[in-house]
Amino acid sequence: MAEEAHSEGGLVFHPMDQFIVKPLFGEGPVEWYTPTNVTLWLGIAVLCTVALFVLGTRGRAIIPTRVQSIAELAYGFIYKMVEDIAGPDGARYFPKIFTLFVFIIMTNYLALIPMSFSPTSHIAATAVLGFGVFIAVTVLGFVKNGTHFLGLFWMSDAPLVLRPIIAVIEVISYFVRPVSHSIRLAGNIMAGHTVIKVFAAFAGVAALAPVSVLAIVAIYGLEVLVAFIQAYVFTILTCVYLRDALHPGH
Amino acid sequence: MEGDIASMGQFIGAGLAAIGSGMAAIGVGNVAANFLAGALRNPSAAGSQTATLFIGLAFAEALGIFAFLVALLLMFAV
Repeated sequence: MAEEAHSEGGLVFHPMDQFIVKPLFGEGPVEWYTPTNVTLWLGIAVLCTVALFVLGTRGRAIIPTRVQSIAELAYGFIYKMVEDIAGPDGARYFPKIFTLFVFIIMTNYLALIPMSFSPTSHIAATAVLGFGVFIAVTVLGFVKNGTHFLGLFWMSDAPLVLRPIIAVIEVISYFVRPVSHSIRLAGNIMAGHTVIKVFAAFAGVAALAPVSVLAIVAIYGLEVLVAFIQAYVFTILTCVYLRDALHPGH
Repeated sequence: MEGDIASMGQFIGAGLAAIGSGMAAIGVGNVAANFLAGALRNPSAAGSQTATLFIGLAFAEALGIFAFLVALLLMFAV
């Protein structure tokens, strides 16, 4: 994606180089089986998840330890969200939604470690999540409601003249959902990391270096917030789509 | 002062796409401002509406991200 870097004067900008997928061992083409830096950081995310939810809650203490209370808070937070938005019958699908949330927040936070790699900054990674949710929700809607699911597009309480126009708009917005769902996550993470790298390049000039360091600190704080909010938004939109599939008539 | 007209078009297009990001900033600000205005009028109802706030923010922000993506595609992919 970033073959050409723009260098002018003493400044060297390589803001997109951090997103290049490289093989872990040696050089060579990246095949589907090649262990790359994506594989490494996905593996670390899985290990951290296991450490948090399996090892952390193994004690099953009445008075939770710090790690156990983090796990319990995350579980309760997402469970309440699924129940509030998707309804009590949506709670059946809680494991999938919680898995999405934990995966996204783990990869987002691990990506904030300097020199690490962020798998969620790649649209290829988030598109799998987004289209997975889209296909699952569409199939679920047809299985649960049959043709009644199409009532999502045919607003029966709108005036008859407007209904075809509304139907066209609704169909378009329905099919844009997975695209915006995945690009939102990837775009936010990629944009944040790019901005940090751009400011890091300004640190090469002595006069600008203090400003640049302060700016990196400030943007890093913002990125910690964005990493959580994007995981939250991805999960909450999954819940909204799930509600549409379970109760298409509103 | 070298380069061809195609790369000039790329840079101008990327700059124009950045306007879209600024517009999205206005949209996000609108959502947050209206939420705050409503929340101060009726603070007891505000807590239950945070989810709606985030959905609104996400929708407003996504379009800005699309504009940013267009800029990035023009700079690096075209």
